[in-house]
Amino acid sequence: MTNRDVLAGPPSAAEQELRRRFLEQARDVPGSDRIARCLQCGTCTGSCPVSYAMDISPRTVIALFRAGEMERILQSRTIWICASCYMCTTRCPQSIKITDLLYALKRTAMDEGLYPDGFPVYRLSKNFVRMVNRYGRNNELRLLASYYLKRNPFGLLRLLPLGMLMMMKGRVSLFPRKIRGVRAIRKILEAAESLKAPPEQHAGVEYAESMIGYRAVG
Amino acid sequence: MEYLYYPGCSLECSGKQYDESLRAVFHALGIKLTELDDWNCCGATIYMSVNEATSLAIAARNLALAEQSGCHELIAPCSACYTVLLKTNRFLQDSPELRTKVNRILAEAGLRYGLTVKVRHPLDVLVNDVGVEVIALSAKQSLKGVSFAPYYGCQIVRPERGFDDREFPTTMDRLFERLGATSVYFPMKTRCCGGMLMTTFPDVGLELVKELLGCATENGAQCITTTCPMCQLNLEAYQKRVNKLFGASFSIPVVFFTQLLGLALGCPEKELGLQRNLVPLTEPLSALVA
Repeated sequence: MTNRDVLAGPPSAAEQELRRRFLEQARDVPGSDRIARCLQCGTCTGSCPVSYAMDISPRTVIALFRAGEMERILQSRTIWICASCYMCTTRCPQSIKITDLLYALKRTAMDEGLYPDGFPVYRLSKNFVRMVNRYGRNNELRLLASYYLKRNPFGLLRLLPLGMLMMMKGRVSLFPRKIRGVRAIRKILEAAESLKAPPEQHAGVEYAESMIGYRAVG
Repeated sequence: MEYLYYPGCSLECSGKQYDESLRAVFHALGIKLTELDDWNCCGATIYMSVNEATSLAIAARNLALAEQSGCHELIAPCSACYTVLLKTNRFLQDSPELRTKVNRILAEAGLRYGLTVKVRHPLDVLVNDVGVEVIALSAKQSLKGVSFAPYYGCQIVRPERGFDDREFPTTMDRLFERLGATSVYFPMKTRCCGGMLMTTFPDVGLELVKELLGCATENGAQCITTTCPMCQLNLEAYQKRVNKLFGASFSIPVVFFTQLLGLALGCPEKELGLQRNLVPLTEPLSALVA
């Protein structure tokens, strides 16, 4: 693929669809249209304590978005390594809510089922949500156990000494309790699901539509 | 003085001592704390990965319940809960569409949220509402000789512009300095401990913890005071693993700030849950334990 092929023309239909999905998720982030204002200054990357472990830096994520490379972003480890410390968001000179946009990317990846290979981190999120939906509160033991058993059973064995110590110290709760209002939680979930489509008119819509077919380089 | 109290899921298990010491400290200072009835999980940083509006609605249920109870100040000690609840308030305030959407969702559960609840962190309440002078008057013993690294972590000060500076806060420093302790130079006071990375990417988590422990010990801290259950666990429970991986020899106690405050106020050891900490206190801290 020559540079000419990369630079010329609007993004592919698949790419535009991914963009549309992402921008829909980002719609719930106030000020998400500021992504167009990114100067590519790199303050976010420089401030990020885990950028050293990322395959694509936070700055590059925005650059790739503009270059029409959504799939590459969604296949990266980056969005899953973000620890939401909000240092980037605090320092961004254009007030771009980078952390929240990475959350929108996480949601897009989960909806599309796009993950890097051998990468079950999203399972932690799914199990967490399942537990809250079921009990109304979270039980750390169950959450960790369910995550490790599928991903890395030996990891669980390795944690056993610490787990036993914590149990002796009374810092482990074995049995999750259901809150009285757990039915209310379920009603909330059903209502949220039914409100998912179609999206309401939003100031960001104009930007969103024009961004879908747009491609910038650099 | 009266506040509603939202412990959050962590304070019921891994951060049990935080809950115990917080209640002890508030009791010792004569402040009434009422636990929010039937609170649900705030969703923490994880629910947002799945669905934004739902995560806001789940968090807003707690705010709506608080509103119903009549008390409009809700204390949330866990950093994740604190930041999520604050964020919910902020997003609903800034976006009328989101507000309508979330209230439509809440209506299905027979609830409504009118944005009248203020979310507070116990550190903020103690230093800014009660005041260090009042606390100093109630102190039973001085913390003289204790040098601590004031570790705030990330989500208590970010992203909202809240009760302190977002990169170099001093609330906890001032509190304990007034009580006689010395805060060490600690530039990493708001650097992320890694949070859930210790589970999902342990190599990265351990690296972050190593840097924090290193910064604290290099600058002569005898203990690290924390405001978040996740930070406390990460810094305390993995010191052996960090030592093994990096050839270090860390062994520094990590206490919740309410535990240290409780020591100054003369609360007994069991009330502060000190026996639950994994790294035991050393001199001169251990001498302060009743």
